Amino acid sequence: MGEVNTDQGGGGKHKKKGAKKMSTKIDMTPMVDLAFLLITFFMLTTTFSKPQTMELNMPDKSKDEKNKSMKVKESRTLTLIMGKNRKTVYYYDGKFEPEETKLKKVDYDKIRSFLLKKKEEKGYNEKGEPQIIVLIKFEDKAKYKNMVDLLDEMHICEIPTYAIVDISEAERLLLPGAGPTTEKDKKQENKS
Amino acid sequence: MPKVKVKRKSVSLDMTAMCDVAFLLLTFFMLTTKFKPDEVVTVDTPSSVSDLKIPESNLITLYIAKKGVVYMDFDGQEHRLRTLNAMLDKYKVSMTDEQKREFMLGGAFGMPIAELPAYFGMRKEERNRKEVTERLTGVPSDTTNRGELYDWILTARSFNPKYRIAIKGDQEANYEYAKKVIAVLQEQNVNRFNLITSLEMKPAEMQAREKKKAGGKH
Repeated sequence: MGEVNTDQGGGGKHKKKGAKKMSTKIDMTPMVDLAFLLITFFMLTTTFSKPQTMELNMPDKSKDEKNKSMKVKESRTLTLIMGKNRKTVYYYDGKFEPEETKLKKVDYDKIRSFLLKKKEEKGYNEKGEPQIIVLIKFEDKAKYKNMVDLLDEMHICEIPTYAIVDISEAERLLLPGAGPTTEKDKKQENKS
Repeated sequence: MPKVKVKRKSVSLDMTAMCDVAFLLLTFFMLTTKFKPDEVVTVDTPSSVSDLKIPESNLITLYIAKKGVVYMDFDGQEHRLRTLNAMLDKYKVSMTDEQKREFMLGGAFGMPIAELPAYFGMRKEERNRKEVTERLTGVPSDTTNRGELYDWILTARSFNPKYRIAIKGDQEANYEYAKKVIAVLQEQNVNRFNLITSLEMKPAEMQAREKKKAGGKH
């Protein structure tokens, strides 16, 4: 009992006989378990606590000369409009003609393939850059998530030129179920 | 030949090394973790594939809660104090030194400036109570876009031009609220800002594309 087994690996060639030796080794399994559990916890919390960001550049609002030169061919543009219906995206090509322009629909889930198709349709310039210009417009009742999602799709589809533009009244009225907003509507909205 | 005695091997292996490594890593992670400070609002951010990281300092964060209440937070205690003093002067509101100190240390706030003294007069635990946080009306940003929010941001940026602006919106918030905040920013010619999002898996085709690009560089 008095002996302490200090080294089993190196000097333990001669097996000693006699009294049962108590091993000095402790079972470290639970300790290691705990340590790894904590490591996992800290690893997960560190990597996920830092939020990601997405950069957004808005078109300059100030009306100086520079902006006026930004005239582009109308056929290059594609306008996406989102209303409060989050399942569908409305769109039209080119310039908005009151009376004439009809909004077309595309499923929110299929927007990616739609954008890629449009990108091909509009073609590329000599440098191989996509010609497409996407204007994104939201009705007031659209959700913030829609905005981030659509911006995201622009990244995924590698569309370099896009902008968030304010929706015009005429366009808003084209959206289904978009009557003129009255005070009554607003009150109801506040209640709900 | 003598009979070879089969050495009885112990099944328990030496875990010391493993244990060392485990604790080393544990220490590392414990020291590097920064816990999220208590937030006045819980904002459920939308997800995006963007994997840019948010800058660590010099950041003004604008929270847009679900119901459109706007909160503001910015870092740098010294800048907070100077901004606060300038704002109090401008709006002719007075705060005690104690309240100012609380503001300096505290995080986001979302109320008209007139309510600041009362809010920061409370103790921290009281401020986080549900009854208090629910009644907050947000930093006013009225239709002319030159409301208090405009002044807060302008003043903060005048003391520290390095501030970047991040918008942390709730995914269920209506677009109009985000539009309003963006309009306020554009009013002072801030056309570049960050939207805080949570990470989403990139679609397969995008991953493949990035791999290709990375491969081409080498």
